[in-house]
Order: sequence, then structure tokens, then C-alpha cells
Amino acid sequence: MLEIVLLGLNHKTAPVEIRECLAVSKDETAAMLGAIKEPDSINEVVLFSTCNRVEILMVASDKTKAVETAKKQLSAFKNVPLSKFEQSIYVYEGDEAVRHIFRVASSLDSMMIGEPQILGQIKEAYLMATKRKTSGVILNRLLHRTFFVAKRVRTETGIGSSAVSISYAAIELARKIFGLLEDKKVLLIGAGEMAELAVEHLIRNKVKEIFIANRTFKNGVELARRFGGNVISFEEITDFIKQVDIIISSTGSSDIIITKKQVKQIMPGRKNRPLFFIDIAVPRDIDPEINKLNNTYVYDIDDLNGVIDENIEDRNKEAIKGERIIDEAVINFKKWYDSLDVVPTIVELRNKIDSIVSAEVEKTMQSIKLSESDREALSRMKNALINKIVHNPILLLKRDGCHGSNSIYIDVVRKLFKLDD
Amino acid sequence: MNDLIIVTSLLYVLSAVGYILFLFLQKQYYHRLGHIFLAVGFFCNSIVIGYHYAKVGQVPVRNLHETLIVTGWAIAGVYFAFHYKFKIKILGGYAALIAALSIVASILASGNFVESQPIFNSVWLIMHVVSIFIGHSSFALACGVGLLYIAQENAIKNKKHGFFYKRLPSLDLLDSTGYACIITGFTLLTIGLITGFVYAKTVWGRFWSWDPKEVWSGIVWLLYAAILHGRLTVGWRGRKAAIMAIIGFAVVLFTFFGVNFLLKGHHGVFTR
Repeated sequence: MLEIVLLGLNHKTAPVEIRECLAVSKDETAAMLGAIKEPDSINEVVLFSTCNRVEILMVASDKTKAVETAKKQLSAFKNVPLSKFEQSIYVYEGDEAVRHIFRVASSLDSMMIGEPQILGQIKEAYLMATKRKTSGVILNRLLHRTFFVAKRVRTETGIGSSAVSISYAAIELARKIFGLLEDKKVLLIGAGEMAELAVEHLIRNKVKEIFIANRTFKNGVELARRFGGNVISFEEITDFIKQVDIIISSTGSSDIIITKKQVKQIMPGRKNRPLFFIDIAVPRDIDPEINKLNNTYVYDIDDLNGVIDENIEDRNKEAIKGERIIDEAVINFKKWYDSLDVVPTIVELRNKIDSIVSAEVEKTMQSIKLSESDREALSRMKNALINKIVHNPILLLKRDGCHGSNSIYIDVVRKLFKLDD
Repeated sequence: MNDLIIVTSLLYVLSAVGYILFLFLQKQYYHRLGHIFLAVGFFCNSIVIGYHYAKVGQVPVRNLHETLIVTGWAIAGVYFAFHYKFKIKILGGYAALIAALSIVASILASGNFVESQPIFNSVWLIMHVVSIFIGHSSFALACGVGLLYIAQENAIKNKKHGFFYKRLPSLDLLDSTGYACIITGFTLLTIGLITGFVYAKTVWGRFWSWDPKEVWSGIVWLLYAAILHGRLTVGWRGRKAAIMAIIGFAVVLFTFFGVNFLLKGHHGVFTR
């Protein structure tokens, strides 16, 4: 009987120094798939590698041998001695392997639970395996189930719903204050990676206009060109607070740039339309007291981190629901997998044909009058018919039975005769 | 017909349960359930009112029992109208709860009828009653939206997101919904007062008679006029507007019930 076996290592078991040595590129994946697959022992392989993990999923008749081969190939391809990474490797078999691949694809095993990239990476790896023809009946089915389960986990739980990065958290807040951001204006004071990332997200949300103020005017001009915004001088900030809605500040200034008094004077002129300050600078640029004014909201870097922590906690809670969906999917997959066994398939095939023929014979016998001996003859004919119909299919199924590579025939027979209802 | 009132009250209660389950569990299924129950309840409620109207030939607001039935109907109807435009799902629980309370209270309250008189049969009176009820229902919704606004603003201001933050829409949407509710309410209240004056003139020969209900309605009108004026001129929006909407509705409630029980006047009999 064939078995599903998975071996791999991830951010939990291997430090980054090992992971970076073993990361498999696209071309290497293609070559490795061919090298691992062996006609007699390893029937199917799918391999994928991200910056946080390497996973090799196999269907093999001899699982210990398969694991050894995979380890050896990984070591050979990446030119890293096996002893260096062997203790980081985990091996899962059967249901546990199925569960693991479901969890990985659903992003429950990720460093950041709910991150969306992993599913795409697995899809890509699967595409590669189908192109290299290293994936067969079992892994095809398993991977399709995996994509389905991952999608279900994503839509039915909230694991991916709340922001877990500073810039996203800021945008999410802006949406909770303003609703649509389409008619909103943004002022960026200073520069910095996180602030610029936030501005990029805002642009994606189609904000109306972006103003940029920088102490070094030249830098401001450059940023303005990048974002398609307008440059203003540092002295003009107060004037522009009157018309913008979102202010992102990230300067190296050691003093506060915008004071409570300033904002208080501006608010009546804005007819109290809300103002949202995102203060990413350390030390802070925006007087935190501004948060106490009506219709103004100030979030500094710690506040945003607080939001993220809260969201991560939510994701962890949602992950429990995800595990439940996966438990269910593992059981369902096992049901299908077990059906690939030869004996039950033969029994079911016989029963199916029997039921069809018997039903038709019964129907005919009801409408015509027959003597007892005629009935017996008909019944004998019925049994002979059934035996002859199933004879060749059963021979075919049994032929490779002991080698275990007949899963494709079993699958076809089950589909042809619709045995899986 | 009493059976249908009980059915209506049950439907409203079920609707409120559906909406509240949605609030906690966030499953669309419960929201749809709440919505359907409210719609069917509204339909039954309409039949009850139509039946009363056909029976007595005038708007059925002759005692507290009938008044409350119309209140429940107006709340549910106004909620549907605003939901169509603004889609604040969480507000359904508030509307359904008030509607359910009104109808349940109406079952418990069985007062004496005011004898049907020819003077009640006036198109002005119908307009007066209908506008006042819909106007007041809009104010009730404005108050609900105001409460939601304050919950959401507290979450954002205090940086402790918790229960409401995810479940509530943006401050901007809550604020503009509240504003729209107050504008609608104010317009209908104005129409209600004017038609009331005209009716008073045709029946009693004078526009204004210092009836306590009239006085308090005047106060309500002035209060909401001030709220709208403040918004347009000096920008009373956000939290301030939300608090005003809540205070405004408290005064409306007093005008609706308090005046009848505590003070006397020619409206008194209808709501006792």
C-alpha cells in the first residue's frame, strides 16, 4: 500500500542560517523533483520552498527509503552536509502529513498566522510538479483538497482579517474614522520607511491628494515625484493642517512639531471635520494631548503596536476555528484515501454491478409470467453476466495489487462506476 | 385581531434576537433572519393598523394601546428606509428592540377608547399623526446611531479596540447617518406641527392653545433646530452631535409619554 509522507523544516525547527542555505530556487526545484522521483519506490513528489520553510511531499511504497532519498537529494543539491540540518528535519506520515500540508497552506503554521502568500507559493510548486509530471492521482487529489481547505479557512475564520503591520494598522484606523478615503487629503511630514509604506497604502486606497513637507526641500521634491504629490515648505504645515485629513509624521526632530494649541485653533476653521494624526517618529512629532481635542485622533508608534498585538491575539483565536475545519478535512481525505485500497474497491464494484443487473432482472420478471425453472435459469444467467463483466476489471486491479502502484486504476474504476457516493 | 398583534410582537422579538445574535456571533445568517422577521412583523403590523383604520374610519391612535402599535410600526418602517440607504447592520437590533418593546407594551396597555368623533375625521389630522410618528421614529434612530458613534469613538480615542470596534462601521458613516436621521425627523416634525396647527384652527378656531404637549413639541422643535443650526454654522459634528441626538430623543420621549402622565391637556387621552 502506498503511503503519504512529508519531510521538511521550517522557522520553528531551523534557524535562519540553515534555512537560507537550504532554500530551493525554482530551477533547482524542477531538477530535484526529477531526482527524487523513483519509478519503484517514490511514485509522486511535490516540493516547495519559501523563506521560512522547505517541504517535500511524497507518495511512496517504502517510506523510510523515501525519507532517506529526499534527505540525500536535498543535501546534494544544496551542497550542505546532512549532519548540519538533520536534527531540524521533521517527518510526518499518513494523516499527520495531510494535516501538516493543510495547516501550512491555511497559514496556521506560518510565522505570522494568516499571512496570505503561502497559498500562492504552494500553488506554484504544485504547478511545477504537474509540469514535471511528478504528481499523480494521490497528490493531485491532496493538493486540490489543500487549496479548497485553505480557502475555506480564510473565508470562514478571521485569521487574515485584521492588520498586523504598522502601516496597515494605520490605514485600517483611517478607514474606521473616515469610511472611504477617496476624497481625503494626506500630509506627510518627514520621511522614513514605515511612513512611506503607509503613504503607498493610502495611494492604493485612492486618496485625493498628497502633500509632502520635508526640512530638506530637495528630499521633499523627490518624494513628491515618487508619490505624485505636492511639496510644501516646513513653515506652511499649519496652513495645510486646515485642509488635510490625515497627517503622517516621521521626522528626526527632537521637539514636538505640531502642538495642541495649533490644532485647537484650526479646528473651528475646519468645521470640526475629523483629523487623524499618525505619529511614527521617535521621539514623537505630534503632541499626544491633541488626542483629547474633539474629533482629532492621534496614534503614535506604541499605540499602533498595541493595535497590532490585539489583532494578533484575534488571529490566534481565529486559528482555533481553522484547526477545526482542518480536522474535518483530514477525516474526509482519509476516507477517500482508504477507498483506494484494492479489496474494498473490488467488493464495491461487484455490488454495484450486481445491484444494477438484479434490479433490471427483477423488473422484467414482474411483468412476465415465468415458471419456477425459468426463474432459476434467469437467475443463473444473471450471476454469469455479473461475473463476466467484472472479471477483467478485477484482474487488472489485482495485478499490481502487491506493488501498490495501481492507485490510478482504482481511482479510475471508482470514477467510472461512481463508487464514491 | 388581537392574535395578529401577538404574532407581530413575537416576530419583532425574534427579529431582535436574530440581530443580537448577529451582533455577538457576526454570522450573516442571523442578520438575514433578523431582517426577515422584522419585515414580516412590519407587514403584520401594517395589517393591524389597516384593520383598525377600516373599523373606526380614522387613524387608530385613540389610546396608549393603539398609539404604541403605530410607534412600533413607524420605528420598523423608518429603520428599513434608513437601512436601504446607509446599511448599518448593527442598528437593526436597536430598532427591532424598540419595535418589540412598543408592541409588547401595547398588549399590556389597554386603555379606554376616546369615542370616535366627526372632528377626528380630517386629512390634516392624518398628516399630523403620520408625520409626527415618523419624525419621532427618525429621532429614535438618530439616538441609536449616536450611541453607536460614542461607542466607536471611545474605542478609537482610548485605543482599546475590543468588542465594538470591529462590529461598528466608520465614524464618518455613523455621523452622516445620524445627521440624515435628524434632518428627516426635523422635516417631518415641522410638517407635523404645521398640519397640527391647521387642524387646531379648523376644529378649535385657534392655531395654538398652550396645551403642554404643544409647548413641549415646540421645545423639541427648537432643540433640533438648534442642533441643525450648530452643525451648519460652527460644525457641531461627531461626538457633540451624537450627545445632542441622545439628549434630543430623551426630550422627545418626555414629550411623548411624560407630558401625558404628568401634565394635562387635550392630547392626554390618546396616550393613556
